[in-house]
Amino acid sequence: MISLAGRDIAHSWGKFVFTGIGLGLLIGVTMTMAGVYRGMVDDAKVLLDNSGADLWVVQQGTLGPYAEASSIYDDEYRGILGMAGVDAAANVTYLTSQISQGDLDVRVMVAGIVTTEQGLPGQPRFLVAGRHITRGHYEAVADVKAGFQIGDRVKIRRNQYTVVGLTKRMVSSSGDPMLFIPLKDAQEAQFLKDNDAILNQRRRTAANPAFNNPAVPGLLDAVLASQSVNPFVNAVLVRVKPGFTPEQVAEPIRKWKRLQVYTRAQMESILIEKLIKTAARQIAMFLVILAIVSAAIVAFIIYTLTIGKIREIAVLKLIGTKNRTIAAMIIQQAIGLGLIGFVIGKIAATFWAPVFPKYILLEPSDAVIGFVLIMVICVLASLIAIRAALKVDPAEAIGG
Amino acid sequence: MARGIIIEDLHKQYGVGDTAVEALKGVNMQVGPGEVVGLVGPSGSGKSTLLKCLGAVIEPTSGRMILGGETIYDQKWNIKDLGALRRDSIGFVFQAPYLIPFLDVIDNVALILMLAGHSNDASRKRAMDLLEALDVAHRAKAMPSQLSGGEQQRVAIARALVSHPPVILADEPTAPLDSERALAVMKILNEMAKEYETAIIVVTHDEKIMPTFKRIYHIRDGKTIEEAGEGRAI
Ligand SMILES: Nc1ncnc2c1ncn2[C@@H]1O[C@H](COP(=O)(O)OP(=O)(O)OP(=O)(O)O)[C@@H](O)[C@H]1O
Ligand SMILES: [Mg+2]
Repeated sequence: MISLAGRDIAHSWGKFVFTGIGLGLLIGVTMTMAGVYRGMVDDAKVLLDNSGADLWVVQQGTLGPYAEASSIYDDEYRGILGMAGVDAAANVTYLTSQISQGDLDVRVMVAGIVTTEQGLPGQPRFLVAGRHITRGHYEAVADVKAGFQIGDRVKIRRNQYTVVGLTKRMVSSSGDPMLFIPLKDAQEAQFLKDNDAILNQRRRTAANPAFNNPAVPGLLDAVLASQSVNPFVNAVLVRVKPGFTPEQVAEPIRKWKRLQVYTRAQMESILIEKLIKTAARQIAMFLVILAIVSAAIVAFIIYTLTIGKIREIAVLKLIGTKNRTIAAMIIQQAIGLGLIGFVIGKIAATFWAPVFPKYILLEPSDAVIGFVLIMVICVLASLIAIRAALKVDPAEAIGG
Repeated sequence: MARGIIIEDLHKQYGVGDTAVEALKGVNMQVGPGEVVGLVGPSGSGKSTLLKCLGAVIEPTSGRMILGGETIYDQKWNIKDLGALRRDSIGFVFQAPYLIPFLDVIDNVALILMLAGHSNDASRKRAMDLLEALDVAHRAKAMPSQLSGGEQQRVAIARALVSHPPVILADEPTAPLDSERALAVMKILNEMAKEYETAIIVVTHDEKIMPTFKRIYHIRDGKTIEEAGEGRAI
């Protein structure tokens, strides 16, 4: 027996290939949408992995430092360092900032890190070029995605920083490249007001008789001094000593320091289940709509192709072709179309994914699920056409 | 008469109640093996209805039909798989050739054998023999759309004949052809009828081919009357 579906496809391959390309681009878009979601999850995981921390110590009652604002005193880390099972503890600040430099205008997540010692949590873990920050001020390490070169000078708030090193795959949970600077600079940048605001604040403080009390000389100066420093950081990142579980170390910090402590697993669930939840739902909606549109297109095309062959189907039935054979012919064509679409979609998605501004992760397992879904959709979509074909009366071939 | 076609008191009513149409009102016909008979009648007289009943694509209301010695209908279908009956016992030729556009000429003819479970090679070999007999073998690898009308019609006839069915039903097979080609088609049908002992009914309005029939059935108001034909040699 010859393959009727195969012969029909070979005969009108132009029609098939062009509809296949159209369908393929749609499937490519669908795969890319799934890749966007996977990329977001991966960005979140990489952010946590690359911080080198086992525990995140943040302000009590907050989901900080990535999902909510968190502020704790910058000397808390000393107390934490002294607790059992703590191998390293380092302050860290995060500040999202828009940086213009030459032609570049990039949004970065500025991370303030402790630079006095190498290998502390929060620091960039590996460099692709240059060196780590060695001075306490005005040096930066940037993710290559930000587009800076070594030696570039970037301006954050009022200060200029020299890029001394480049790192890779260090991005915020929203996909912005990271820029590492020394902690003190970052604290200042976070806190920094413009000159007018500073003058304004000084004037207001001086006008307050409680602070400007002639009976207490030096009080005003002390108050003003306290107003111009930022003693806060967003979090303390803790590395646990071998032999201790993160939870063992976390419990006493929660209890004695009255701070919130998250483990790696908890942090991941905050990022994925809370921070990118809405975005994920948004993408899921798109995926559902795209799947429906693809199904409608396959159904419509297969139906049209079948209706265009009503005469031939009547003749096939008249000469004794079984319904099963005719249904198989239609299903095979739908699957053929799905196959062309899948291959083109996969190729298209692979080609255009790197061009997208955000990271797109095309998981092979997603491709497998997509393939199965496409096949199911194609078979379901061909049911309408099969119904129409089975209703064809062989008497139609004889005519009046 | 063991082979051939026997129709006894065949009735066919379309619809029920007020809209009912009695298309066949007791048709009687006999076509012997190797015989080609004409079936003529005014429009609406029931010619196509009769062919559809014989071809097992619509069910008669009552009567009896015997094809190739087998009683296929006696007040009800005597056969379960009507598709297989059509495939193995009846060849159809229509006014338009209705070839399958996506199969080449040889597979259009061979398909019916393949559907019956013959191997592709054996089916194609038999198809080729027929195409040779019908003088279209040189177009065997062409697609139907590349053939002339007459060539297409000959391929359609080859398709009807390839399974050597005991019965061939043709509805206006020569309508689109000029008189030379129309006569050529009739000649082929007559030769095939002789060679394979096929009983052939040709529905026609075509005056050109009337003289080729030895017997012609006239059908009027759903009833048949036999009339001797001229049976001239072609
Ligand atoms: N499916 C149907 N439903 C109802 N009535 C039908 C149907 N098919 C045919 N008829 C009626 O049955 C009668 C016979 O029709 P049939 O098609 O057999 O005529 P015919 O002899 O082939 O005519 P023509 O030469 O025009 O093709 C006509 O009155 C027609 O209207
Ligand atoms: Mg008719």
